[in-house]
Amino acid sequence: MTTKELAGTSVDVDAEGFLTDHTIWNLDLAAAIAREEGIDPLTDRHVEVLNFMRKEFEENGTAPSIRKMNKLNIVPTKELYALFPGGPAKKAAKIAGLGKPQGCI
Amino acid sequence: MSEQPEPIKKVSLIVSKGSLVDVYPALVMGNGARMEGMEASIFFTFFGLGALIKKTQNSLKVATVGNPAMNMAMPMLKMPITMPFPTLLGAIPGVSNFATWMMKNEMENLDIPTIPEFLEMFTDAGGEVFACKLAMDMFKLTKDDLCDQVSSVLTVGEFYERSAGASIIFT
Repeated sequence: MTTKELAGTSVDVDAEGFLTDHTIWNLDLAAAIAREEGIDPLTDRHVEVLNFMRKEFEENGTAPSIRKMNKLNIVPTKELYALFPGGPAKKAAKIAGLGKPQGCI
Repeated sequence: MSEQPEPIKKVSLIVSKGSLVDVYPALVMGNGARMEGMEASIFFTFFGLGALIKKTQNSLKVATVGNPAMNMAMPMLKMPITMPFPTLLGAIPGVSNFATWMMKNEMENLDIPTIPEFLEMFTDAGGEVFACKLAMDMFKLTKDDLCDQVSSVLTVGEFYERSAGASIIFT
């Protein structure tokens, strides 16, 4: 575990840069992580997806799968890939302040 | 300090067999590659084409004959994984259907999509699906027989051209 300066505060992250405590998350932190991941600016649409992921995480203890978000009409798979290019599940989870997704699908 | 190996940027998967469990690994690995930001394509040839044919793609079966590892499926029946499953039992009518039904249930529980849905998910994710021209000719198939996710019918040469720079994985 290391400490990192993000959006003017110092936060604990794991070796891959995922927040170790998802409860400290806020939109400023999300925007800072997104910038590091090459996503700038973070749009309302991004935030909608992130909020859904966080809600799911709080209810089920894991981030939702890409399939689930598609099926529940939260975000179609194509759009998800466009919003978070280069690895949507991992990037979105990181920006949402959640741990690295464990699923294979 | 040792040098970091170059990350994989592109994968080309080949599916040549057509049972349910022959097709899933390539779909999981191809989709997983897209999830990691790699380019990915899947080339279906010979019996693997069954996964792309509109009329058959929903009815791929688990082969219950000639698989000495069928004992692996025993825990799905609440039996020990060491319990053998003689190949002769697998030949009884309905056993393959039952095993298929059981496997599909198990997959749904694990949030694994059906074959048609998986192909859609893979192409929505930016993956490409190819069909083998030679196998198409052999099985008297035309592009119209195949599902919409197939982007092209390729010769072997074209497949290699499109796979430039890729790791090629035969499943």
